[in-house]
Amino acid sequence: MTDNGYEPKIVAFLCNWCTFTAADLAGTSRIKYQPNIRIIKVMCSSRVDPVFILKALLDGADGVLIGGCAPGDCHYSKGNFYARRKVALAKTLAQNMGLDTDRIRLSWIPASEGPKFAGVVNEFTEKIKKIGANPAGQEVFI
Amino acid sequence: MRESIPKIGVYVCHCGTNISGKVDVDAVSQYAATLPNVETARNFKFMCSNPGQQLVIDDIKEKGLNRVVVASCSPRMHEKTFRKACQTAGINPYYFQMACIREHDSWVTEDPDQATKKAKDLVRGAVFRVTHHQQLTSRVVDINPNVLVIGGGIAGMQAALDIADGGKKVYLVEREPSIGGNMSKFDKTFPTLDCAACISTPKLVAVGQHENIELMTYSEVIDVSGFVGNFKIKIKQKPRYVDADKCTGCGVCSEKCPSKVLSEFDHELTNRKAIYTPFPQSVPNTRVIDADHCIYFKKNRCRLCEKFCEANAIDFEQKEKIVEVDVGSVIIATGFETFDPVTISQYGFGRFPEVYTSIQFERINNATGPTSGKILTKDGRKPESVAIVHCVGSRDKNHMKYCSRVCCMYSMKFAHLVHEKTGAEVYEFYIDIRSPGKGYEEFYNRVQEEGTHFIRGKVAQITDIVDSPEDRGKLVVVAEDTLARKVRRIPVDMVVLSVGLKPSSGIEDIVRMVGISLDSDGWINELHPKLGPLATPSDGIFVAGCCQGPKDIPDSVAQGQGAAGEALSLISRGKLEIEASVANIDPEKCMGCRQCEDVCFYGAISLNPVSFVCEVNEAICKGCGNCTATCPNKAIELKHFNNDEILAEMEGILFNFDKFQGDFNQDEIKPDIIEPV
Repeated sequence: MTDNGYEPKIVAFLCNWCTFTAADLAGTSRIKYQPNIRIIKVMCSSRVDPVFILKALLDGADGVLIGGCAPGDCHYSKGNFYARRKVALAKTLAQNMGLDTDRIRLSWIPASEGPKFAGVVNEFTEKIKKIGANPAGQEVFI
Repeated sequence: MRESIPKIGVYVCHCGTNISGKVDVDAVSQYAATLPNVETARNFKFMCSNPGQQLVIDDIKEKGLNRVVVASCSPRMHEKTFRKACQTAGINPYYFQMACIREHDSWVTEDPDQATKKAKDLVRGAVFRVTHHQQLTSRVVDINPNVLVIGGGIAGMQAALDIADGGKKVYLVEREPSIGGNMSKFDKTFPTLDCAACISTPKLVAVGQHENIELMTYSEVIDVSGFVGNFKIKIKQKPRYVDADKCTGCGVCSEKCPSKVLSEFDHELTNRKAIYTPFPQSVPNTRVIDADHCIYFKKNRCRLCEKFCEANAIDFEQKEKIVEVDVGSVIIATGFETFDPVTISQYGFGRFPEVYTSIQFERINNATGPTSGKILTKDGRKPESVAIVHCVGSRDKNHMKYCSRVCCMYSMKFAHLVHEKTGAEVYEFYIDIRSPGKGYEEFYNRVQEEGTHFIRGKVAQITDIVDSPEDRGKLVVVAEDTLARKVRRIPVDMVVLSVGLKPSSGIEDIVRMVGISLDSDGWINELHPKLGPLATPSDGIFVAGCCQGPKDIPDSVAQGQGAAGEALSLISRGKLEIEASVANIDPEKCMGCRQCEDVCFYGAISLNPVSFVCEVNEAICKGCGNCTATCPNKAIELKHFNNDEILAEMEGILFNFDKFQGDFNQDEIKPDIIEPV
């Protein structure tokens, strides 16, 4: 936690089969990690529309994490590769909208790697804390 | 279809103290009561218990709730439980949403205030989302009663036999020319010293003759598609170049064949011919021509086997065949292979002829092996002393960090056999002796009483350098005796390396095809290490035997029977409900660009040539949502994961309630959904 008490809000879209399961595993293994992440389940990371990512940032999320299966492990064979394209598109759009692309991260975390999930969350949270609050969110929300 | 006024009930679970120990559940339920459309909010000790579910059911009936949110464990755990409770109470099971505040919150968050805040956010997300839920009906599909078993070792054979005895059809696929697996290589089995062949050969024969088992040896599974109850399997049958219907198994061809090859079955201790069966009791007993070593295939001459075959069974024109079968469930029983000790160079395997692996030593002991069951050195002498080195490859961070479970016991079995057959001195070099099992500890005591020398210490080196006159012509095993606290140099005639077990090659391809995963050691991840040892995260895919982790024969057989039970229980259900979450295309919005068709992995989408819009085949759709996120016109809706639902959840989570001081219900602020463009 930083000195000014700034607690970022991070939205995570996790695929049901790998990263969501890894998050469950981190829980059952009682691995403690930063409390800033809020998980939304999708069946496949390829379901994550670039619009979701942009809307999250515009609605005040300080970071967006997209979690999919490791290459070759996708439950739907290649969904994770499509997710990569969609995240790349979202980053381009975010840049054009004046948003910081470092706030968007795609991670491929296998179902068996609870510790890796916790590591990614901690790492990403630290990074977002360094970048600071998302200015877009403070202006537009409801 | 959405009912006009959502009335939501929110239930926060304590899960004993698993959640309430960290999260202030009272605060969360009080907060939930202030959220829009929430009619009632409660917390309860165990929501998944019968009284907990009854609470939900009663509230639905009495208070007229039409949406339910339960904040408790992961939806993977209890989503089905609460959906069923909703259904019992008379509302659509999809009018339910779960907020995971245990695995994703109370168990992973240090600070109770932060945990409570996170729980509130997650509950708010779920409440916002459930408002948008639609009534959906699960689809019911028939379960195909056929079963595919991959791997014809003892676990796979047992599973196949049990299912076939239950009256269901089994396809047993084995990549080697014969079933039997590793067990058919063994001589005796610990601790009862039953002859492995005597107990496994009847099983091989039973599998080969069973009317409900279609045996496919020398075949490999190359593709698995479909889902639980309805898998489509593609199997590659390699050409045997021998007509199985005509071959009588007389073996004249093998006698006449001039080409000699090191035998895989005997682990390179003997030669086999290019036309062969792996071992005398092979099932099926049809010969196979090894095209890589056959003189006809290499040099286009010879064909001696064809000349001598009275049954005219040789067919050099056979081609590889791809067979497709439909099954409802799959049992994976691909077993293990042994660690190759060549990489541990100080043990000299491959350099010194008298250093054997344990599986080679099994063959030496076996009556059908290279020495017809006599323990002899390569130059034909009876050994006067034998060293057995435990934990070769296992419990070694440089190789495999796990314990292979069977090595201690089979090493002691070897000690007994060496005593019995040669009277030689036996030295067991061990780290710890692990003998957990019925009659195992007693066997350990018996082998000690027979005069086996147990030396606690990992072997540092096996060398032929002569230090003293008694070393001459011997191999010297150097180890630190950690009980006597001195370095021992023991000259022996033979060394057996008790190599560990590792997953058999090709397992990566199998798990990829069926969509499951391997653990960090390469074994298959089961559904739950304690309560789901035979199931996997993919419905309808079961595991048995060593593919899930090292096991001895009784455990493998038990797992084979267990997996057969799982498959039979699935079959006897007859029908199966599958998720209602499928894609749906709005023909008004679709412009027929066919991008969805391109990205669909299952070919579930096709263009209707008449209306020129795309359509989804719901029976094939798996509900991944790739098409939904791809459609440029937002014409595709993935049921239960549509844009409204996901964006509402996100909006709920991000709602800045620190700044918003009012009451949702009084101020009539409703979550406002922006339709993505």
